[in-house]
Amino acid sequence: MVRNNSLATVLTHVLLIIGIGIMCLPIWLTFVGSTVTRAEIVHPPLPLWPGDQFLTNYREALFGGRQAPVLQMLWNSAIMAFGIAVGKIAISLLSAFAIVYFRFPGRQLVFWTIFMTLMLPVEVRIVPTYEIAVNLKLLNTYAGLILPLIASATATFLFRQFFMTVPSELAEAARIDGAGPMRFFKDILLPLSRTNIAALFVILFIYGWNQYLWPLLITTDQDMNTIVMGIKRMIPSADDYGNWPVTMATAILAILPPALVVIFMQRLFVKGLIESEK
Amino acid sequence: MAAVSLHDVRKRYGKTDVIHGIDLDVSDGELIVIVGPSGCGKSTLLRMVAGLEVVTDGEIRIGDRVVNRVEPKDRDIAMVFQTYALYPHMSVFDNMAYGLKIAKLSKDEIQRRVDEAARLLELSGLLSRKPAALSGGQRQRVAMGRAIVRQPSVFLFDEPLSNLDALLRVQMRLEIKQLQRRLGITSLYVTHDQVEAMTLADRLVVMNAGVAEQIDSPMAVYAKPATRFVAGFIGSPGMNFIEGELHAGRLLLANGDVIVPREAPVHSGEVTAGVRPENLAFVEPQAADFSLQVVSVESLGAETLVHGVVAGRSMASQEGSDVIAGVAGRSLAVRAAGTLDVTEGDTVGLQVAPGGWHWFDNTSGRRIPEA
Repeated sequence: MVRNNSLATVLTHVLLIIGIGIMCLPIWLTFVGSTVTRAEIVHPPLPLWPGDQFLTNYREALFGGRQAPVLQMLWNSAIMAFGIAVGKIAISLLSAFAIVYFRFPGRQLVFWTIFMTLMLPVEVRIVPTYEIAVNLKLLNTYAGLILPLIASATATFLFRQFFMTVPSELAEAARIDGAGPMRFFKDILLPLSRTNIAALFVILFIYGWNQYLWPLLITTDQDMNTIVMGIKRMIPSADDYGNWPVTMATAILAILPPALVVIFMQRLFVKGLIESEK
Repeated sequence: MAAVSLHDVRKRYGKTDVIHGIDLDVSDGELIVIVGPSGCGKSTLLRMVAGLEVVTDGEIRIGDRVVNRVEPKDRDIAMVFQTYALYPHMSVFDNMAYGLKIAKLSKDEIQRRVDEAARLLELSGLLSRKPAALSGGQRQRVAMGRAIVRQPSVFLFDEPLSNLDALLRVQMRLEIKQLQRRLGITSLYVTHDQVEAMTLADRLVVMNAGVAEQIDSPMAVYAKPATRFVAGFIGSPGMNFIEGELHAGRLLLANGDVIVPREAPVHSGEVTAGVRPENLAFVEPQAADFSLQVVSVESLGAETLVHGVVAGRSMASQEGSDVIAGVAGRSLAVRAAGTLDVTEGDTVGLQVAPGGWHWFDNTSGRRIPEA
C-alpha cells in the first residue's frame, strides 16, 4: 500500500479526519457542556465552544457531592477496574501455565471447559451469581464488585497461545539449571509475558471500568457506587431539571482514568499486540 | 568427571519403540559423538541421559549412580541445545549465572566462575548484553558458557552447531574440541553431520532407527563399517554399492553379469559389495579393472568428484584383476585428489585400490569379515 499518489493521500487524509471528527465530536460536546452554565446548556442550539464555567462545574462535580460523591465513586471504579484487571491477569497466567506446562489427567477437558465459559458472560449468569454473592455477604464490598468478574477465558486463551510459542528448550534449560516449575514461571515466563500482560491490562482495565450492570446489582450503598452508575443517576429523570453541566463534567472525569491508562501504556500495549517474541 | 554407562536403554512412546536397547560405556573424559539420520533416536537418547525423557527400560549410570529417576539438575550434567535456549530477557551474565543462583552459590563464587568461563570463551566484553544483541556464534558460546559454569561431570551437546553458517561451524567445532580436551569433561555429542562426527569424536556411535549400528573410533568406523547402513552413512559422497550373489569368489548380479574381485570373502549368499569413491583410481585403460562413462564432473579445487555409469567389460581383463563384466548402467562416484582432465562423456579406466572392497550380508546387513 505504498503509493505515491497525491490524490489518494489527500483522500485518505480527508477520510481519516472525518472519521476522527465523528469519533471525537461527542466527547467535544461533552467537554463543552461541562464548561457552560445550566441555562446555556438547555438553551438551543447546543453550544459548540467552551464557556467560562470550567472551574465552577468541575469543583461542583468533584466536591459538591449533592447528588453523588464523585470522588468516592471514581475511587471505587479505580479499585474495581484495577482489581479486575490484576485478578484476571493473575488467574489466567496461572491457569494457562498449568494447562501448557503440566501433564495431568483431563487437561484438555479443563482447557475446553475454560474456553466454553466464554459463552457465559456476566449478563447470562447474573441471577445465580447474584445469589451466591449475597450468600457470601459480598453486597456493597469491593470483593463483591471484583470477584465475580475475575475469571477470564479470553486472557487464559491468549496466555496459553503465547506460552505455546515459548520454545520448549527454554523450559528444559531451566530444568537443567535447577529451576522448579514456579521458579521457571517467575523468572522466565513472567518476564517474557511482560508485553502481553501490559496489553491485557489496558484492555481489562477498561473492561472493568466500564462495568455497569453488575455494580448496579451488587452495590446498594451510595458510597460503593462506581462512576459509571453515578453518571446514570445524575441524568435527570421525568420532571427533574438536573444539572447537566456538572453531569458532563463528571462524564469527562470518568473518561480520564482509562484514557490515561491507554496513553501511558500504549507503547507496551501496541508492542504486546503485534510482537511475537522468541 | 565421571564415566557414563548405558545398559540396554530403551524408549517407547505409547506402542512405538524408538530406541531398541543401547549399550554404551563412556569412559571418563571421553568425547562420544552420536551420529545418525534424523529420526534415528539420537536426540532422544541424549535427552534420556539428560533426564528430560523418561527411560522406558534399561539403566543409565553417571559415575556409579543409577540416574534413571534422578532429576536433571541433580545428575551433574550440563546441556547445550541446538537452539541454544538462552533466556531472552536476561543478560549474558545472568544467563550463565542463573543455574548457579538457583544452586545458591555465593555471589563471589558466581562472579568468579562466570568471569572464568567468559574469559575462556572470549565473552568478557559481552556480559551485559542480551542474547538478541549477539551473533549466532556468540550465542553458541554463551550456551557453552552456561554449561561450563556448572562444572558438570558430563556435557551433553544436542546438535549445537546446526544453526551456524558453514564457516563458523568449522571454527566452533575446533573450539569445542579444544575446550573439551582442556576441561577433560566426559561429553556426549549428538549430530547428523558426519564431518562433525568424524572430527570431534574419540568414539562414534552410529545410530539408525533406534539401534546403535556401530560403536568405534571414527577411523575404524570408516575403514571397517560394521553394517551396510554405516558404510553408506559415513563418507561423502557415500560408498558405491553393488548387490548380487556371492559364490566362490564371484559376484553374480541380477542381470546375469559377473564381477570377479581381486579380494572376496569366503562366503556364499546374497551380498552387497561396496567400494568407496576414494578407493577408485583413474588408470590407463590397459591397467583398468573396468571403465566408467563420465556423467558429471564436480571440481572442488582440492579434489574432483566424478559421477558416471559403469560402461561395460573392462578393456584389460587380465588374470587377477578385478573384472566387472558389464555392470552396465550402474552409477558410481569417484573421488580423486587435485584437478582432473576429465569431461562429461569421456570414458575412463578405473581400478579398485587394494582392500577397497567391503562386503555386507544382505539379510542381516552386517559386514562379512575379509578372508
